[in-house]
Amino acid sequence: MAHGPSSSFKNPVVNWLDQRLPIFTMIQKEYGVFPTPRNFNYFWNFGAIAMIMLVTMIVSGIVLAMHYTPNTNLAFNSVERIMRDVNFGWLIRYIHMNGASFFFIAVYIHIFRGLYYGSYKKPRELLWMIGVVIFLLMMATAFMGYVLPWGQMSFWGATVITNLFSALPLVGQDIVTLLWGGFSVDNPTLNRFFALHYLLPFVITAVVFLHVAALHVTGSNNPYGVEPKGPQDTLPFHPYYTVKDSFGTVVYLAIFAAFVFYAPNFFGEADNYIPANPMVTPPHIVPEWYFLPYYAILKSVTFDITIPFTGLKLIEAKLGGVIAMFGSIAILFILPWLDTSPVRSARFRPLFKKGIFAFLVAFFLLMYVGAQTADAAWHLGGLEIPLVYVGQLATLVYFGFFLSLPFIGLIEKPLPLPASIAKPVLGGGASAAAGAAKPMEKA
Amino acid sequence: MRRLRSLILAGLVAVAAAAPAVASEEMEYPKNEWSHGGVTRGFSNIFGTFDRKALQRGFQVYKEVCSACHSMNLLSYRNLGALGYNEAEITAIAAGYDMTDGPNDEGEMFTRKGVPADHFKAPFANEKAAAAANGGKAPPDLSLIVKARKGGEDYLVALLTGFEEAPAGFALPSGGNYNKAFAGHVIAMPPPLSDGGVTFADGTKATVEQQAKDVATFLAWAAEPNLEARHQMGLKVMIFLLVLAGILYAAKRAVWADQH
Repeated sequence: MAHGPSSSFKNPVVNWLDQRLPIFTMIQKEYGVFPTPRNFNYFWNFGAIAMIMLVTMIVSGIVLAMHYTPNTNLAFNSVERIMRDVNFGWLIRYIHMNGASFFFIAVYIHIFRGLYYGSYKKPRELLWMIGVVIFLLMMATAFMGYVLPWGQMSFWGATVITNLFSALPLVGQDIVTLLWGGFSVDNPTLNRFFALHYLLPFVITAVVFLHVAALHVTGSNNPYGVEPKGPQDTLPFHPYYTVKDSFGTVVYLAIFAAFVFYAPNFFGEADNYIPANPMVTPPHIVPEWYFLPYYAILKSVTFDITIPFTGLKLIEAKLGGVIAMFGSIAILFILPWLDTSPVRSARFRPLFKKGIFAFLVAFFLLMYVGAQTADAAWHLGGLEIPLVYVGQLATLVYFGFFLSLPFIGLIEKPLPLPASIAKPVLGGGASAAAGAAKPMEKA
Repeated sequence: MRRLRSLILAGLVAVAAAAPAVASEEMEYPKNEWSHGGVTRGFSNIFGTFDRKALQRGFQVYKEVCSACHSMNLLSYRNLGALGYNEAEITAIAAGYDMTDGPNDEGEMFTRKGVPADHFKAPFANEKAAAAANGGKAPPDLSLIVKARKGGEDYLVALLTGFEEAPAGFALPSGGNYNKAFAGHVIAMPPPLSDGGVTFADGTKATVEQQAKDVATFLAWAAEPNLEARHQMGLKVMIFLLVLAGILYAAKRAVWADQH
């Protein structure tokens, strides 16, 4: 960074500060003149939106923590006290409750953007992997946060999910005991989950800084997936993308606000308004919607994996499900090396484009299946299709998409790439652009 | 604009995909008209307010019928101001209950008249006592019942008006009552409401259905007492955000004008 005064500011106070700690120089460099590809579409808003949602969650969460009591006898009523007696407590609580959903919606779209436009490829592999770490941390944070109101679904969700770890060989039961702080989900569990739920968002913030720092080394990818070749391909971040991100963020916040004020319990479960009762199991335990695809993958492994002809059990169904569930996220870490195609953007990859839409359908199918009971079935005419088969098929597509990427890269014939961002097609103007790729988004 | 449309579409897909997670899985209940829009129904009436007359009638039903067995531990008498009662009326309602307080300076528990700051008096001393008096299972607390049941107010009305003779061949266990809206159709609660079982001060005819709707309105308010404040603030916030979005869109167009 700065050796000696790198820039001078008109304001003497700013100048004085900046010569001692070049924070304004840094802001100017990273968010002012930062060269950004000129052809972003609105998918590129979701990084900024996710950042705003993270801040929203931390601010509303800290206020909630001022009124919440992490004790199994008091937790449920302390949340209700927030809803009834704390000034604007209902607002803060509904913001936090729905904010989790809207944080995940933003991050899912952000991840899909990265998949579709090949943002995970060289030189952005580490940027992508740091993003996956953020996603994992978010999942852990959201899971523990859902336990805090100590309703029926909090308690039984915690019981089901923590029990998964018992499937791990040798150390499984010890890990579960450590998570519980005892021999069942109880007060120690609630206390440590509250402590970790308060801690992890700050870990997320730190990792987000790494994510942004890594982004500012490589620069952003763009819908064409070709690197900027010069100043004609980029725009300064400010004002072009500050204003575009602001517009997108406010539209997103308006949708968020519509749910907070007019459908605050849309994403919730009725059962979580019943205080936790270890003696009564709810008829149907479901996690929050953003975990449903992984929950469906977990439930899809209904069979033991045995060594053929010997009858020896290699992997029990429960462990198999746990491996598949964690594998579905872990596979994202190696994605940059699974994809062998040198072309980034799906716009120029006809086969990959088909694959990613199949993946998207499988993802939503898994989300649907995850919410249904184990014995649910579709009835098509006289035909009965157990949903567990649908889930298994979708799980196959989910993993099949990633595992076929090395071969897709080899056999696929990509469309001709634009010569540069400013000049979409070699030698052609805007009119020629339509031939090879979709018309360029100018906004 | 095309990108914007696809973005909104993506958002809608995400929302639609989440919907099955919350869709009720078993029974559908007839939908009633609620002036407050329905606590568990999203986007039903963004200007909705509670019907004050129905709230007062519903409170009367709770007080004279339900409260014999069901507690409402999260509510205080002072909250009844939201129903349209004035301070004197609330003080009088609270004074109608004897509360155990203490210990006093001599270390003794004592009984005093209720005050507005008291929580609703529960019919039983504790959950064990409630269970013992009701065939082994305590009647659920009603403070949050509308939000704690799929179908919300509509489910409650269906339940309270759903008692009928068990169909021929239905094995009804002793102590059970047949209810077409209840999961499994066997409910321990005997039919609580009867035509004319209460007499409404405002002259409304106290049919079972009228009482059911009124008490459901009251319980909806009890579960979501800040619904009206939420609707009012929501309107202001939505207008603010939409106007701001419009201004930012104009700003975006202006800033990008030289790049088109």
